[in-house]
Amino acid sequence: MSERNDVAYLVLEDGSVYPGIRFGSHSNAEGEVVFTTSMNGYVESLSDPSYKGQILAITHPLVGNYGVPEKIRRNGILTNFESEMIQVSGLILGEITHGSEWNSEKSLERWLDDENVPGISGIDTRALALHIREKGTMAGIISSSKEFNKVRNYESINFVEMVSIKQPLIYENKGPKIAVIDYGLKEGILECIYSMGYSIVRLPHDATEEQVLSYNPKGIVLTNGPGNPLLLSRETENVAKLMEHNIPVLGICLGHQLVAMASGMEIRKMGFGHRAINKGVMELHTGKCMITTHNHGYAVFGDVPDGVEISHVSLDDRTIEGMTIKRHNVITAQFHPEARPGTKDGFRIFELFDYAVKGFIGGKR
Amino acid sequence: MEKDKKNKVLLIGSGGIKVAEAAEFDYSGSQALRALRDSGIKSIVLNPNVATVQTSYTMADSVYILPISSEYIKRVIEKEKPDAILPGFGGQTALSACLELWDEGFLQAKGVEFFGTSPDGIKNALGRADFQRLMRKLKIPVPPSFGVRSAEEGIDAAKRLGFPVMCRVSFNLGGRGSFVAHSLEEFESSISRAFAQSGTGEALVEKYLSGWKELEYEVMRDKEGNTAIIACLENLDPMGTHTGESVVVAPAQTLDNYVYQEMRSMAIRVAESISLIGECNVQFALNPNSYEFFVIETNPRMSRSSALASKVTGYPIAYVAAKLALGCRLHELQNEISRSTSAYFEPSLDYIAIKMPRWDNKKFEMAEDSVGSEMKSIGEVMSIGRNFEESLQKAVRMLDIGEEGVISTNEAIKAMSKGEAVSALRTRKPYWFLYAAKAFEEGAGVEEIHDATGINAFFLEKIKNLVGKYAEFCNLKEDKKKEIVEFMLGLGFSEKQLGYKGPGQKAKHIDTLAGEWPSDANYMYLTRNAILDEAEKQDGKDSVLFLGAGCFRIGVSVEFDYATVMAASAAKKLGKSVVMLNCNPETVSTDWNFSKILLFDRVGAESVISISKSFGVNDAVVFTAGQIGNNISEELHGSGINILGSGHKAIESAENRKLFSNIINELGIKEPEWESVASVSEAVNFAARAGYPLMVRPSFVLSGSSMGIVKNEDELRRKVLGIEKRYMHKPVVISKFISDAEEADLDCATDGKSIIGVPLFHIEEAGIHSGDSTMQAFPTESKEAKDREHVVEKMKRIAESLVERLRIRGPFNLQFAIKDEVPYVIELNLRASRSMPFSSKATGTEILDYAMKGCLYNFDWDGFYNPKLKAYGIKSPQFSWAQIKGAYPCLGAEMKSTGEVASFDKDIDAALLKSWISAQPNRMPQKGALVYGNGASTETLERELEDRTSLKLYSLEGFEASRGAETLSEKEALNFLRDKTIDIVFTDGHIPEKDYSVRRACADFNVPMVLNSRLGLGLAKALGAKTDANELKDYW
Repeated sequence: MSERNDVAYLVLEDGSVYPGIRFGSHSNAEGEVVFTTSMNGYVESLSDPSYKGQILAITHPLVGNYGVPEKIRRNGILTNFESEMIQVSGLILGEITHGSEWNSEKSLERWLDDENVPGISGIDTRALALHIREKGTMAGIISSSKEFNKVRNYESINFVEMVSIKQPLIYENKGPKIAVIDYGLKEGILECIYSMGYSIVRLPHDATEEQVLSYNPKGIVLTNGPGNPLLLSRETENVAKLMEHNIPVLGICLGHQLVAMASGMEIRKMGFGHRAINKGVMELHTGKCMITTHNHGYAVFGDVPDGVEISHVSLDDRTIEGMTIKRHNVITAQFHPEARPGTKDGFRIFELFDYAVKGFIGGKR
Repeated sequence: MEKDKKNKVLLIGSGGIKVAEAAEFDYSGSQALRALRDSGIKSIVLNPNVATVQTSYTMADSVYILPISSEYIKRVIEKEKPDAILPGFGGQTALSACLELWDEGFLQAKGVEFFGTSPDGIKNALGRADFQRLMRKLKIPVPPSFGVRSAEEGIDAAKRLGFPVMCRVSFNLGGRGSFVAHSLEEFESSISRAFAQSGTGEALVEKYLSGWKELEYEVMRDKEGNTAIIACLENLDPMGTHTGESVVVAPAQTLDNYVYQEMRSMAIRVAESISLIGECNVQFALNPNSYEFFVIETNPRMSRSSALASKVTGYPIAYVAAKLALGCRLHELQNEISRSTSAYFEPSLDYIAIKMPRWDNKKFEMAEDSVGSEMKSIGEVMSIGRNFEESLQKAVRMLDIGEEGVISTNEAIKAMSKGEAVSALRTRKPYWFLYAAKAFEEGAGVEEIHDATGINAFFLEKIKNLVGKYAEFCNLKEDKKKEIVEFMLGLGFSEKQLGYKGPGQKAKHIDTLAGEWPSDANYMYLTRNAILDEAEKQDGKDSVLFLGAGCFRIGVSVEFDYATVMAASAAKKLGKSVVMLNCNPETVSTDWNFSKILLFDRVGAESVISISKSFGVNDAVVFTAGQIGNNISEELHGSGINILGSGHKAIESAENRKLFSNIINELGIKEPEWESVASVSEAVNFAARAGYPLMVRPSFVLSGSSMGIVKNEDELRRKVLGIEKRYMHKPVVISKFISDAEEADLDCATDGKSIIGVPLFHIEEAGIHSGDSTMQAFPTESKEAKDREHVVEKMKRIAESLVERLRIRGPFNLQFAIKDEVPYVIELNLRASRSMPFSSKATGTEILDYAMKGCLYNFDWDGFYNPKLKAYGIKSPQFSWAQIKGAYPCLGAEMKSTGEVASFDKDIDAALLKSWISAQPNRMPQKGALVYGNGASTETLERELEDRTSLKLYSLEGFEASRGAETLSEKEALNFLRDKTIDIVFTDGHIPEKDYSVRRACADFNVPMVLNSRLGLGLAKALGAKTDANELKDYW
């Protein structure tokens, strides 16, 4: 229960108003309102760049129970945050709590205060989730007034360029180099690649074919990222070119969608997206199932071109969850194998990538 | 989808309800039976617990009401020739019995497949030392520990580990025998009892992780290794408190993603290591000051926590586990709630669920009243809300212990100082939250209460906040109070507590996916923290709201769940749609699959009225809700709810002794002379008039709380004073006690005119609580029935005149004391009774079915219909003496048993023997019988034992000398009990000053006790009987 009695409203594009109590920054928030059903892992979620431009509602009613830890960096990679800062433009909760565990540095509310991000609590987040489920994702604002002011169209904004790094960054390790193209990456991806012994060169979203190849990478990772993939024609072209070199490519989430577009497949916006850490996905050629993390508002649809194989599907609605393009050494996952938050089941994807990279190195020699 | 199709599968139940094995296994067993049926497989169930739903033909194709022992399981297998056995759905009892048959090679020889996790996997999980070895081999962290096989080894291990240590016992349940020792002395005093409770003579001594968090992961795994975690439950009580004794919250609240996932991965590795097929729980201890954690144990079977996890999430764990045992793969199954997504997922919760245990320690003389590593609680509730405070306070109300929330109204607690409250917390009194709230009220800080309890500050802060908010509220002026009533209700305070009504509660779905997908099932709860009401108006004409009995306690158990399910099934058959209200996660009635709408909420007037309004259901059945139903009937009637069956006036006439007395006097029915007295002197005056012995009890109580028989003025004075003290000067009822009377029950259903009824006769004399008595149903043509023909006729006439006079409809139960062929009415209960499942199964006529019909229609006969019986039916009480540590085992007017079992046979002795053996820890004695304290019966008893058995007879020093028996000193007797030289004890009466240690030793060393001479005589005669093992229907 917030002690402050600062009334605020969540106002949706369709005119629905949810009164609540403000916390965090006093400024207004605007963005696309989405919900996640993940019951913990709020530190990771809030710092996930894929949420850029979105106001996040968490359906579990209590959030903040274990506070926010100090950032821990190992080999230059954040191990307990997905990026340096809060990425969501606003937070919608049932109740913000002020819990503190042994490793807490501050409370969740303090974190939002510090980073000037507004939040609203006292919301029936289930009612909101049902509303979005039925009406689809829509824009919304957190404000002190019940009026809905027109906000910029989420789909028209290129968020990737806002969150991607500007200059290449090297993470030295004992193994060969992997190029990680940062469209708004989660640090978890870096950690997974690094943990397999690889050195990493992290490149901006608009890195050209030449720039990437100049590092002589033994593998390329196309990361997750925010916003509308259809705006990323330049990136798509680059991906198409890179694929021609048959260097092993791993596409994750947005990276998966870029590979799909580069292969001529269709991307469509989903009704309300998949944002959860509890989803069953099947690896088709083995029948092996895993519980995976999802965070995407767009998905790959339509006909599968020759040479592209669907490797993973969602057990719930048969959404395409992964592809392989054997001739180009490409594997992709719509879900997040790095999880954070989420299970470690998906790590298998990195192992497959590792296998491909080792094979590539062996073949080259 | 399923491996080579099986045609017939045998499922073993868990027997009588006892502490740590309750109705959760009826629930899981019933789901498994449904899974078998859905797969087109014939099911056979073996379970002596006659009060279960699974032993009715609604779920199973064949039913065997028989003891769970290898002898009887073998007989059933020989006869039915099943293809496979399902051992994982009847608790530890079933699992151990099936493993025994496997180890003998019997199952293999008969070609009966062992379904689910393999015997090797189970042994690796349940053998404490084997499990530790396996975990260490796989580099899965376990606490420092040693497996030990003797007291000496144990002491050595404890010394090496350093105190405090925790001792755990292999192959048992409810943590029986386990203990925490802070010193060598403590260790030595408990270790031998620990070994006595182990199925395999093995224990584990481990470092005690004091103050660590305790967590439980529920793991589901198929034959191909696809694994999902259904729930993670966080215990509020730290390590050292048995999970059955803990307040539990779901989902886990204080874990961050990192440690949650680390433990999740580890739980999956544990499941892999035992090649789990189906479901197991994995318990963890987590250091509250780091990410360090240990795996504590795993249970590769359905458990209390799996039932709870099912109810917490809506995921039908037992159903899916049964399908996995049949060879299905997880992803092939559907999420039964959404009906569109896969069963392979991990539920997400958008609410807070809290499980809270209910203890009845005070009902047991001399019982330890503290919470520890052994389970003692009798029941549990689960509450669901949209914040922690709401769920917590709702749970407290659901316990039905007279509290409205964490702020106690109990005079003793209210009077406590801070020091006293903290000391109650340190000594681990049950219901710690009441003391914590009191301590906060008296100025304690969170840190101080955390020190005393080890409970995470996160939860304590919330309780402290409640205390503060309540104090603020109480200090407000009336108009200001009104302004924040809604806010206070949102924190879980009740309207009654605040003295104000608020806006109605709202209903929300539990859909396993936090709203992400539409749900096909109507599994719902009520909350005050919502704007959207998901309640949908029902067709008022065709819908009936059924009230379950809520929390189990002494006197309310699975029999009321049975009644609820049976009555609701009958209503369904009559074209009604069922809206169910209950808050007990152990029950079949709270399987959402059963009802059109399931409301998991408190069984109380506030919620019933709210549901009636928002769902538009006006007809309610309260006779299934035990005493709660009767208590709220008037309030419901006042709110315009139509109660099906006996109306609130009839209920009041039966419940109010004075009214009832007037009515039966008017009708010329006899009852023992009685009076309600307000003082000791009034009591003494009544005694002078009526003469001793007398029965003394407080007015308005359940299951004979504080009831007792007094033989002289001294005892009378003490008893009356005692009741006045405990019940704060409520009137005391004193009645003439009819010595040596036979007690009888009449279980009936009526349409308001015609009656169907079954007479039952007790073996124990009147004065022993009917719940603790051995009940008999006699075949119509038997000598026993013929002998009682006249008296039964009189009982029927009494029933008829009461039905007419009180306008009874639906089920009712009449209790009589019979002396010289005169039936004296002791009690009339206008609700389902404890014995109705038994009387129904003895006759093959479902009383509850008729009860429901009688509420809605007229029967097609006139007068009193007494169904014919072909076989003897005998129902025996199941006690939990071993679990209720320190309690003095004895029978009396106050109920002590926790459950019941029954048996049927063509021969009365055989029926008694089978029924008695069905209750744990009873078994056929092989060596010696200790006989003492049976008064005049001693000699006959000994003669019977000599004639029919080869048992060596012993008697106890200080009791009447007996013929051929060897007299033992107390010390010798204790030794003989410990080493099982004596394997049965026959005694009677209430003589704790002489035999407390002997009776307690029996309990602690699992030696069967017969605590009543009449039962002793009957049993002695029955010990050599030749039993049959037929299907239930064959006895009809």
